[in-house]
Amino acid sequence: MRDQPALLVTADGETFRGRSVGHGGMATGEAVFNTSMTGYQEILTDPSYAGQVVVMTAPHIGNYGVTGFDDQSSRPHLTGMVMRSMSRRASSWRSEGSLRDFLVEHEIVSVSEVDTRRLTRHIRDKGAMPVAVGVDVSESDLRDAATGAPGMVGADLASKVSTSSPYRIEAKGLSKGLVVAIDLGMKIDIGRRLAGMGYDVEVVPYREPTQQILERNPVGVFVSNGPGDPEPLSDTVASIRGVLGKVPLFGICLGQQVFGLAVGASTFKLPFGHHGGNHPVQRLNDGVVEITAQNHGFAVDLWSLTDDRRPERTGLVTRDLLPQSVETRFGPLVPTHQNLNDGTLEGMRLLDLPAFSVQYHPEAAPGPGDASYLFEEFDQMISEAR
Amino acid sequence: MPGRTDIRSILVIGSGPIIIGQACEFDYSGTQASKVLRSKGYRVILVNSNPATIMTDPEYADATYIEPITPEVVEEIIARERPDALLATLGGQTALNVATELAKRGVLERHSVEMIGAGLDAIEKAEDRGRFKATMEEAGLECPRAGYARSMSEALNISRDIGYPIMVRPSYILGGGGTGLAKDETEFIEIAKNGLAVSPVSEILVEESLAGWKEFELEVMRDRNDNAVIVCSIENLDPMGVHTGDSITVAPVQTLSDREYQEMRDDAIAVLRAIGVETGGSNVQFAVDPETGRRLVIEMNPRVSRSSALASKATGFPIAKIAALLAVGYTLDEVVNDITGATPASFEPALDYVVVKIPRFDFEKFPSASKELGTSMRSVGEAMAIGRTFPEALQKALRSLEIGHSGLNADATEEHLRAISDGELAAMLAIATPNRIFQAGEALRRNWAVDRVAELTHIDPWFVDQMAAIIDVRCEYVEQPDHDALVEAKRYGFSDAQLAFLTGEAEDDVRARRLSEGVKRTYKRVDTCAAEFEAVTPYMYGTFEDETEVEPADRPRVVVLGSGPNRIGQGIEFDYCCVHAALALRDAGYETVMVNCNPETVSTDYDTSDRLYFEPLTAEDVLDVIAAEQPEAVIVQLGGQTPLNLAGLLAAAGVTIAGTSPESIALAEDREKFGEICRQLGLRQPAAGTARSTAEALDVVDQVGLPAMVRPSFVLGGRKMRVVYSVEELGEYVREIYGDADPEVIGAPILIDRFLESAVEIDVDAVYDGNELLVGGVMEHVEEAGVHSGDSACVTPPPTLSEEARKEILRATRDLADALEVQGLINIQFAVKGDEVFVLEANPRGSRTVPFISKATGVPLAQVAARVMMGSSIEQLRREGLLKDDSRPTTFVAVKNAVLPWDRFPEEDSVLGPEMKATGEVMGIGEDVGTAYAKALLAGGKILPDRGRVFLSFADRDKAMGLAVAQAFVMLGFELIATPGTSRYLSHHAIEAEPVEKVGDGPNDIGTRLENGEVQLVINTPRGGKARTDGKTIRQAARGHQIPCVTTIPGALAVARSLRAGPGAINRPRSLQEWHRST
Ligand SMILES: Nc1ncnc2c1ncn2[C@@H]1O[C@H](COP(=O)(O)OP(=O)(O)O)[C@@H](O)[C@H]1O
Ligand SMILES: Nc1ncnc2c1ncn2[C@@H]1O[C@H](COP(=O)(O)OP(=O)(O)O)[C@@H](O)[C@H]1O
Ligand SMILES: [Mg+2]
Ligand SMILES: [Mg+2]
Repeated sequence: MRDQPALLVTADGETFRGRSVGHGGMATGEAVFNTSMTGYQEILTDPSYAGQVVVMTAPHIGNYGVTGFDDQSSRPHLTGMVMRSMSRRASSWRSEGSLRDFLVEHEIVSVSEVDTRRLTRHIRDKGAMPVAVGVDVSESDLRDAATGAPGMVGADLASKVSTSSPYRIEAKGLSKGLVVAIDLGMKIDIGRRLAGMGYDVEVVPYREPTQQILERNPVGVFVSNGPGDPEPLSDTVASIRGVLGKVPLFGICLGQQVFGLAVGASTFKLPFGHHGGNHPVQRLNDGVVEITAQNHGFAVDLWSLTDDRRPERTGLVTRDLLPQSVETRFGPLVPTHQNLNDGTLEGMRLLDLPAFSVQYHPEAAPGPGDASYLFEEFDQMISEAR
Repeated sequence: MPGRTDIRSILVIGSGPIIIGQACEFDYSGTQASKVLRSKGYRVILVNSNPATIMTDPEYADATYIEPITPEVVEEIIARERPDALLATLGGQTALNVATELAKRGVLERHSVEMIGAGLDAIEKAEDRGRFKATMEEAGLECPRAGYARSMSEALNISRDIGYPIMVRPSYILGGGGTGLAKDETEFIEIAKNGLAVSPVSEILVEESLAGWKEFELEVMRDRNDNAVIVCSIENLDPMGVHTGDSITVAPVQTLSDREYQEMRDDAIAVLRAIGVETGGSNVQFAVDPETGRRLVIEMNPRVSRSSALASKATGFPIAKIAALLAVGYTLDEVVNDITGATPASFEPALDYVVVKIPRFDFEKFPSASKELGTSMRSVGEAMAIGRTFPEALQKALRSLEIGHSGLNADATEEHLRAISDGELAAMLAIATPNRIFQAGEALRRNWAVDRVAELTHIDPWFVDQMAAIIDVRCEYVEQPDHDALVEAKRYGFSDAQLAFLTGEAEDDVRARRLSEGVKRTYKRVDTCAAEFEAVTPYMYGTFEDETEVEPADRPRVVVLGSGPNRIGQGIEFDYCCVHAALALRDAGYETVMVNCNPETVSTDYDTSDRLYFEPLTAEDVLDVIAAEQPEAVIVQLGGQTPLNLAGLLAAAGVTIAGTSPESIALAEDREKFGEICRQLGLRQPAAGTARSTAEALDVVDQVGLPAMVRPSFVLGGRKMRVVYSVEELGEYVREIYGDADPEVIGAPILIDRFLESAVEIDVDAVYDGNELLVGGVMEHVEEAGVHSGDSACVTPPPTLSEEARKEILRATRDLADALEVQGLINIQFAVKGDEVFVLEANPRGSRTVPFISKATGVPLAQVAARVMMGSSIEQLRREGLLKDDSRPTTFVAVKNAVLPWDRFPEEDSVLGPEMKATGEVMGIGEDVGTAYAKALLAGGKILPDRGRVFLSFADRDKAMGLAVAQAFVMLGFELIATPGTSRYLSHHAIEAEPVEKVGDGPNDIGTRLENGEVQLVINTPRGGKARTDGKTIRQAARGHQIPCVTTIPGALAVARSLRAGPGAINRPRSLQEWHRST
C-alpha cells in the first residue's frame, strides 16, 4: 500500500529518496527551502515560486486540506514540491479537499518521505541549485536533467506569470480612487488588501508603459512580488522611472528589486534566499522588530550607489551593514528596514518623492501580519499626495 | 548599553516545593535566570525553600535563602538585602502570589523595590478572572460567557444567558471537587446546588462549556520596545475539559491553517499588550470550536509556566534566560540566539520535527481517586519526545513514560486491551483517562473508522488518522516483516521491543537483524531554525533518516543517564545529581553527554552538558546513543531507578558502567545475598524472608512474626509496600500483588520483613572510593520507621542518636560500602530501636537526600561521586579543592520535610505509610531543631496556630506516647478536645480534654466543630489495618477546612517543639552562604 518510489537529484549530484504523492513524470527547477510551519497552499499558489522546487521544512504537509480562499493565484506555480510527510487525511472545518488531490489535479510532481532536513542543509551549505524530481525516472536521467536545468540568475520568469491583459478588482465600499498594480506575479491577498482599503485596483501586465499607466489617472502605483531575477525586467524598470514623482509608489518583494534598479542600484543573488515566516526585520526609525513573511532569492545592494564597500559583519547584525543614505537620480534614498539575520536591505524610501518599498510580504498569506501597517502607510502617502 | 544600570541587585523568588502543577520547570527557569543575571553583573538574591533545586546551589546566587516563601519571610529578606528589583515571573504561581502580596502590603514601596517583568496591575488583571474577561472584551477579544453565582436563582439567571451545555466550577475548592458539566436545566440545578454547597464561600462559576473544543497554547515573549514573538505553538491532543497539564500536547500546532494560526498569534500578542505584561514570557490559552473555528481566550499566565519549559525544550529557545534579560532592559534583538550564535532572539523558531509531551500519572498510589481527567491537574510528571513526524514522536513519548508501554500498543500490555468488548471500548473512549490513548490505538487496530474514534474522543481526526497510520504500518510489518517494512516501522517510531512482540522474536534478535541490515538511528539537531542556519549546540534527537549530524569529539566522553519523567519517588533530586555529575565531569575535562526525556529539568537544558540527547531511557534508545558517541563510560548511579534498571542490559552489551558495578547493584537489591553479607559483617537486619505465593508467605510470617512489612522487590518509592498486622491481611496482600497486571511489579517475589515498631529511622549518604569513605550526612527521621523515608521529615545532624549507635552506623556504612565494592554513592537506611541498629536497605546509588545533604553541609556530594566513579580518589579531590576540609562541625540544624499532594486527591486518606506519596520537599535551617522544623513546616504550607484548640484522637497503641503530646500542647497554652476513648485515657492521667463525638454521632460532632472553625489543629493517628474510616473522615474534614493535621506521634511532638520556637525565630532568614560561613 506504500506509494511509488520517487527521486530527487541535485545539480551537484546528491540523490534523495522519497515517495510519490501522486502525479508522475519529471520536473526540474531551482530548489529552495521554506521554513513556514503553516501556509502550504499559499506557498504552492504564490507565483513567486515559478520555476522552483520548494522543499517544505515542516514535516507534515496537507494537515488542514485546501480551500479556495487561501489560493494566491489561480494555480500552483512551483514546478515541484518536496516534504517529509504528506497527510493522508485533511482535517479542518475550512477544508474543501485534500492537498494530495490538489497536487495531482494540477499535475505537480511532489515527493514525500524525503529527508528534507538533509536537503535543506545541503542547499544552505551549497546554495540554491537546480534539481530534478521524478517518479519512474532513472537516477541518471534525473542527474542529466538537473545539471542541464537553468539557474535563476538572469531568469525572466515574471513575464511568464504576469497577467496578459489588464483586469480590475473593485474597491470594497466607496472607492478612494484607482491604484495601478504592475503584476510581476501578484498574490491575490495583495489585491484583496488594496481593495479592502477602498481602492479600485487595475492589475496591468509587467511591461505596461508609463504612458498607459498615467493615462488611467491612478492615485497610486503598486509594484508586486514575483519570481526570478529582476535584471531582465528592463521594461518594468523603465515604467517605474516614468511614474516616480508623479504618483505615490509602493513595491513589495520583486517590486522592491525593480524599484531599486529604477533608482540606479544593482541587485544580487542571495546564497539560498529568504523563504519563511519568521524573519526578524528591524524598522530602522524606531528599532521595532517585525516578524515577517519572506520569499525572495535576490536583494538590492545599496552599496552599489556609493563609493564605499559593504563592511564585514562581526557578531549580531548592525545598522552599519547598510549605508545611512544614498544619493540617486531621484534624490536621497534611505534604508528603512533591515534583516536581522543577515543584515540585508528589507525596505527603502525616497526622501523627496513619495515612493517606498519592502523586500518582504506585509500581506503575509502565509505568515505573520506584523507589517500590515505598511499598506496603511501607502494609503496615507496617497492621501497626502492629493 | 542594553542592560539597565539603575538596578544593581535583584531578588529572584523560586517556586518552593514540587507540587502537582508546579514542578521542576521552575528550577530550570530560576537557574537560567540567576545564571544570566549574574553573568551580566547583577547581584542576585534568591529565595526558595526547595533544597533539591540547582538554583539553590550557593554558586548560582550571591545570597541564597532556603527559607519559607511567605510574605513575612521575604519581607525580612528584602529588609536585609535591600534589592533594587524583584523578579517574580520565573517562580510559578508561588512567586507571583508572594510578590503580589508584598506589593499590596506596601512592602515593595517602603523598601523602594521595583517589580520587574510584570507589574502588580498586570498580574492582577491576568489572575482575577473577572478583570481578565473585562480586559479581553475591551481589547476586542472573546472569552467564554460566564458569571459568578452565590445562589440558585443567580445561577439560573446566568445559565439562561449562556445556554447549554454549561460548566459549573465551585470557587475555592481544592482538587476540582464539585466541578460538573450540565447538558440541560435539570442536570444544571443538581450540579449547581451541589457546587454551592461544597464551595466554602458558597460561590460557583457558571460558564459556557467548551468541552470537546480544541485547545491551544501560545508562548509569547515581549520586550520593552513592544517587540513580541511567539516562541512556540502547542496543540492539545485531548480536547478542552482536560487540563493542559494532563493533556497529551503537540508542538507545533498541526491542525490550524495559516490564517487561523496568524489570527491566534495576533490575539495572543494583543492579550499581552492588553494585560500590560511589560517584558518576559507569557502563556495564552485558546479554545477553538472545531465546527466553526470560533476562537475564545481561556486564560493567560503573565509569567514563565510549565508550558514555557516545554516550549523551551521543544524549540531550543531558552525562554527563562531571555525573560530575565528582557526584565532588566534588554530587547529581543540585542540578545543572541545561542543555538546559531549569529542571529538574534527576535524571531520565531521554526521546527522541522514534531514534539509530543505526555503526562505521567501516579494514580496507583491514590486508589480512591477517580482516573477521569478533568479541569484540575493531577499528573505528577511528563515525558517529552522529539520525532521527525507525529507518529514517531508519539511512540517515543509513550515509551519514555516508563509505565510498561513500548509505544502505541504492540507490547505485552495489549492483552489487557484485547479483552475489552467493543461496547466497553466505545464507552471508555468517551472518557478521558490516562489510558485512553492506548484504547484509541486498540480501536483502530480493530479497524474502527477514524471518524468514529474522533467522534468518541473529540481528538482531532488528523491525529487519529496519524495513529491509524501507525496501526497500518504495524499490520504491514506483521504481514511481511521484510527490510522495507522494518524501515517503515522504525520511521513510524516502533521500538525494537514492539517489533519483537509483533513477530514473537526476542528484542535482541530484532536489534541484531536491524543493525545488520544497516537500519541505524540517525541524530538530528534541534536548532530553532529548521536548518536555515548552522547550529553550534549539539542538542540532538534520534530518528531514522539519511543523514546523521553527530560530530566527532576531541575529548573523552561520558554519558550521564537521566531519570526520565518525574513520578512520586523519583523526582527532581535525581536530576540534581545528574546535573552535578555533568558539571563536575566537564570541569574534569570530559565531554559530557546527557540522555533524558524530561522537559522540566535543568539536565535537559542544552548548556548543562556538552551534548544533549533528548531521547527515551530505554535500552534500545540508550544503546544507540552510546553507539553514536562511543563514550568511555556511562553513569547510571545518579538518575534513580530508571538508569539503574538499564545497568545490567548495558553491561551485557559491553558498555562500561562508571563506578559501582551492575553486579554490586544487583547484589544490594537481592535480599538473600544482601542478608548474607550483613550476617558476615555482623550487622543486624529485621528478620526476613521472601515468598512467591500465599503459602510461602505464611511460612515466612511464622518465622519472622507480626506485624510484618511486605513489598514486591525491585521498586522505588515503596510502591505497594504495606504493614500487615494479621495473617488475613497478609493473604489479601499476596492475592492483590499477583492478581495485579502492573508490569513494574509482576514477576518479582514478595519480600517480608519483621516490622520494627517505634524505631527511629536513620538515613546515611556517603561516597566510597574503594579505600576512603566520605560521609555526606547522617539524617534522623522525625516520623518513626514505617513511614517511607521520602514522606518522613528528617533532621541533620541527628538530634537524639546515641554516640554508640552513631558509631555503629558509620561502621556499618563503611563495611557495607566495602563489601558491595561501591565506587561512588551509597545510601543506607537504618532503624534504631533502643541501642540496637538494624540495616533496612542499602542502595549503591544516588539517593533523594543527596541535594538536601549537600545544602546542609556544603559538600558537593554528587560531584565528588561522579569523579570517584570515573576513577578519582577522594584524597585526590581534596587536593584538587573540589572537597574542602570536611571535618567542620555544623553549628546549625537542617530539617527536610515532605510535601504531599492531598489537595489534588480529596478522596484519599492523608495517612503516611511505607508507600511514598510525597511529590516534593522543603528545607528549614535554624539554630535548633524546633526552629528548623517550624521553618520546614511553614515552607511546606502548614501555617501552625500559636493558640487555640487542638483536637486529639490516638490509636490505642499510640495512647501512651500521646500523653506526652497532650502535655506539650497544654504547656503551650492550647485547649484540648478529644474523641471519647482518647479523652478518657488522658483524664486517667490527669489531663483534661473535652470529649467530642465522632463524626455522625451527634449534633455537635467533631465534623461540625471543624466546620465552625472551633479547632485549630488536628492530631489524629491511624488505627492501622482497614478500620480507618472514622479517622479518615476526620482527616478529610480537617483538610477540607484547611486545618493542619498531624498523623504521627513523633510528628506531633516535633510540631509542639516547633511551636516553642515562636514566630520571631521562624521569620529570621539567613542565607546559605552565611550559614556555611558560620561553620
Ligand atoms: N469553559 C470551559 N469549558 C470546558 N473546559 C474548560 C473551560 N474552561 C477551562 N477548561 C479546561 O480547564 C482547564 C483548566 O482551566 P484554566 O482556566 O486553564 O485554569 P488553570 O489555571 O488551572 O490552568 C483548561 O486547560 C481547559 O481544558
Ligand atoms: N522492617 C522494617 N520495620 C519498620 N519499618 C521499615 C522496615 N522496612 C522498611 N521500613 C520502612 O519502610 C520505608 C521504605 O522501605 P525501603 O526499604 O527504604 O524502600 P524503598 O526502596 O522504597 O526506599 C523505610 O523508609 C522505612 O521507614
Ligand atoms: Mg490553564
Ligand atoms: Mg528507602
